[in-house]
Amino acid sequence: MTRYAYYPGCTLEGTAREYDASTRVACAEMGVELVELQGWTCCGASSGHATDYWLSLALPARNLRLVEEQGFDAVVAPCAMCYARFRHTVHDLRDPEARARVNALLDAPVRGEVKVHSLVDLFFQEEQLAALREKAQRKIDGLKLVAYYGCLLVRPPEILSPDDPEYPTMLDRIIQAAGATLVDWPMKTECCGGSLALSRTDIALELTRKLLEDAVRRGANGIVTACPMCHSNLDTRQGQINRHYGTDLHLPIFYFTQVVGLATGHGVKELLLDRHLTDPRPLLAEAGIS
Amino acid sequence: MELDVLKLALKERLFAEQVHQRMQVDVRACYQCGRCTAGCPVAYAMDAGPHQIMRGIQLEQRDWVFGRNTYWICASCVTCSTRCPCEVDVARVMDGLRELALEEGIRPSEQTVKVFHQTFLQLVRLTGRMYEPGLVGLYNLRSGQLLASADLGLPMLTHGKVNLLPKRFPGRGEVDRIFARVATQEGRR
Repeated sequence: MTRYAYYPGCTLEGTAREYDASTRVACAEMGVELVELQGWTCCGASSGHATDYWLSLALPARNLRLVEEQGFDAVVAPCAMCYARFRHTVHDLRDPEARARVNALLDAPVRGEVKVHSLVDLFFQEEQLAALREKAQRKIDGLKLVAYYGCLLVRPPEILSPDDPEYPTMLDRIIQAAGATLVDWPMKTECCGGSLALSRTDIALELTRKLLEDAVRRGANGIVTACPMCHSNLDTRQGQINRHYGTDLHLPIFYFTQVVGLATGHGVKELLLDRHLTDPRPLLAEAGIS
Repeated sequence: MELDVLKLALKERLFAEQVHQRMQVDVRACYQCGRCTAGCPVAYAMDAGPHQIMRGIQLEQRDWVFGRNTYWICASCVTCSTRCPCEVDVARVMDGLRELALEEGIRPSEQTVKVFHQTFLQLVRLTGRMYEPGLVGLYNLRSGQLLASADLGLPMLTHGKVNLLPKRFPGRGEVDRIFARVATQEGRR
């Protein structure tokens, strides 16, 4: 059993509770032990780096120090935003001058040497995919899914190290290993406008509409994501998009951990699939997944 | 010798040099291929594309650059930096311009973006973590759009996505001190 410090991040305790629940289910299936980091605080997210560079390093650095203090050498952050901020911080702390400056902002210094993993990292290696193929006993091929990466799992590639920044296949491989039907998608790394969801909702709606419509056009009946901001935009804004653009969208949005959970026999309630605003249950019934 | 000092003094006053020093990005490498703007998902809502901002900095058009909405509209998707053939980190420049504009009190052309970020950070400072309902409520109040996204309130509530009350988290003390030290370091109060 592999053991990691687990940093849920703020959204996983609120709007993205489904991601937290399904992360725990999927990791237990895969033999990954997650130990929640004691005393974690917000990473600062986009508002940190959008307005203050040093703050954007210091807020994640405090949490990285907790990982070190609590005796872990690696932390897992399911939220793509937290993951990206931690990776940026570890990267920038390699510069001794920057590290000294950040340490002066903290109560106690950080070494900045822990490994930071996205949750996707723990699932997409060949070994884990093989294990998933074996465990995925429930038939879910009625789900025709596109993999949506958005921005924060792949860019900048020097820091986030995806398999490919323009055409990643990490999530695609997980979807296939789980036994769902994969639909190829050229828009998989386009931005949904998540950081502007409240401040320029019109832009977020436009970018999100493009994604949803294109996924439907390609024959997908669901989108798979690993980012709470993407999920929130794609899932909760469909009603507003339909009213604003006169569209008739109803496309369920899944966390990839929910797909893994379904494939390994877990239920709708356990995976909190009844918590999405765009209800996936009619689709699941249609696909014969109860 | 005196000429060198003079040259150095002049150089330090250059906008492109300020950007270079502060953001570790040399926009002088940009040869205006326009790839950043071509790939930018929000360029349609900008009054100047990212490549024009790079040009503006090269040409020392400080006021013009700060007057654009480009760096407020930027969604931080980092497509520009990823695709730049000259390895100019355009997205980092957008962050840096926002930071400079806030420091220098330049009125943002997209007031709501500024209000959002400031509200977000104030709430994090207060409790140690983000409190989503508080963010939406306070942001709406401050940006004067009381009913923005109100149609989502009830469904979010019935779907168990809303924590009714904010909590104060252990660690918020250090978070508060981090904010205070950052402000001191940058000469703010």
